[in-house]
Amino acid sequence: MSWWTPQVEAIAFALFQALVILIAAVGAGALLTMLERRLLGLWQDRYGPNRVGPFGVMQLLADMLKILFKEDWIPPFANRTFFVLAPAIAMASLLLSFMVIPITPSWGVADLHIGLLFFFAMAGINVYAVLFGGWSSGNKYALLGAMRASAQTLSYEVFIGLSLMGVVAMAGSFNMREIVAAQETVWFIVPQFFGFCTFLVAGIAVTHRHPFDQPEAEQELADGYHVEYSGMKWGMFFIGEYVGIVLVSTLIVTLFLGGWHGPWLPPIVWFLLKTAVFVGFFVLLRAALPRPRYDAVMSFGWKICLPLTLINLLVTGALILVFSPAGG
Amino acid sequence: MEIAFYLSAVVTVLATLGVVTGRHPVHALLYLIVSLIAVAMVFFALGAPFAGALEIIVYAGAIMVLFVFVVMMLNLGEAAAQQESAWLRPRTWLGPAILSGVLLLVLLATLIGADVGGRIEGETLTAKAVGTLLFGPYLIVVELAAMLLLAALVAASHLGRSESHDEAHAVHQVPSKRTADGRGRAASERSLGDDTSSEETSR
Repeated sequence: MSWWTPQVEAIAFALFQALVILIAAVGAGALLTMLERRLLGLWQDRYGPNRVGPFGVMQLLADMLKILFKEDWIPPFANRTFFVLAPAIAMASLLLSFMVIPITPSWGVADLHIGLLFFFAMAGINVYAVLFGGWSSGNKYALLGAMRASAQTLSYEVFIGLSLMGVVAMAGSFNMREIVAAQETVWFIVPQFFGFCTFLVAGIAVTHRHPFDQPEAEQELADGYHVEYSGMKWGMFFIGEYVGIVLVSTLIVTLFLGGWHGPWLPPIVWFLLKTAVFVGFFVLLRAALPRPRYDAVMSFGWKICLPLTLINLLVTGALILVFSPAGG
Repeated sequence: MEIAFYLSAVVTVLATLGVVTGRHPVHALLYLIVSLIAVAMVFFALGAPFAGALEIIVYAGAIMVLFVFVVMMLNLGEAAAQQESAWLRPRTWLGPAILSGVLLLVLLATLIGADVGGRIEGETLTAKAVGTLLFGPYLIVVELAAMLLLAALVAASHLGRSESHDEAHAVHQVPSKRTADGRGRAASERSLGDDTSSEETSR
């Protein structure tokens, strides 16, 4: 075994980690499709899918079989290239973002200097999935959904970056591991509470989740940008949405709730527990809130969240200057 | 790192050629997005990850979305494709191509003469270093850029305002405020479309 050098072992272990994290992310997204319906049922005082298997856990398998074997139809009036490209972007850009998230001290795919910026870049690319999907469908409802989605995402991406700059300034780095390390004593949710609130809102908007699911508003737009999609291509948009929920939850945990830090329990348990709480919160939001009007969503973003993040950043910067003028 | 640099540089050039020769506007935009991401990869290969990430976030993620947005709204059909192919006749591009070819030769001659091979393996510049540079020696440039952006913002706000001012008068005449709002939005969108299309034709 002369080729089995420590270097090869490190590469093999990194590949294994990446593969496990990828499968866990997709698996969590798929599992959520079933879990969300059960939780919605619980909170809306009804049953939800409970027929297949104990507590309905096999519903996931049934849904997967159905989606995989459905006819995968591309409308003749659609633009083929873009029609196929859109779901791939939707899924890939979000899954790639899991690369920068540190799960435990020893687990995580890449330790980038610009970790947080990488997430912003991927969130920016993710907009094209909806835009291309809606436009290439050749359907006016799909196009309207895509237009709304891109306008909404652009408005919310303006301050998703600003809302995290307070965290970056306090940790003194874009590196996710250094941000987690900086929260050893105090979680950033305490000093950066407004940053946390605005990031939560922006994160929901970027995943197009309720109450920011304007792009797919069933009642007005029939299903928005993916109205012409069927089979596994639609499934990729669908799973992509849940992968987005998991991604934003892990980001919130990493950036504001101290990542894997916590007493008694091992780091991985803390990380998963905190993530699960936020995933549950996402579902609860959908169960509890009605969908606001589209212009209200836009003006909320520009008139309340954007000024709030700017003030938050200004105050954070001033306080850092007062307490550590050397700049760390 | 050199291989990464040359690979992404080739992708950049090919994708940009695709932008110029593409007949379908949205296809051309997709090439432009690929080109911008490839430029970001060039930055990564050169050891400037901060610039690379910003390239994707600002250009590929925000500005290009606006381009795609407008082009999709315009609903360009067969006529636009024919216009594009008319522009692609050798008569139109041969003269400028020869002139820029001469410039390319000059550039290549200078590059071959100079010693640039060693600089590709440059050290990685961290975001902190970029920030210290921007707010240290280059502070005045940053301030000037900020002024320019502010001026653009004020100008855009002013242009948008004069339109809605006229609409405000219309509100008094139209009984329902809601229809006036809807009309205002439609009008502003139309003018946005007109602006870009006139720009296209003038080009």
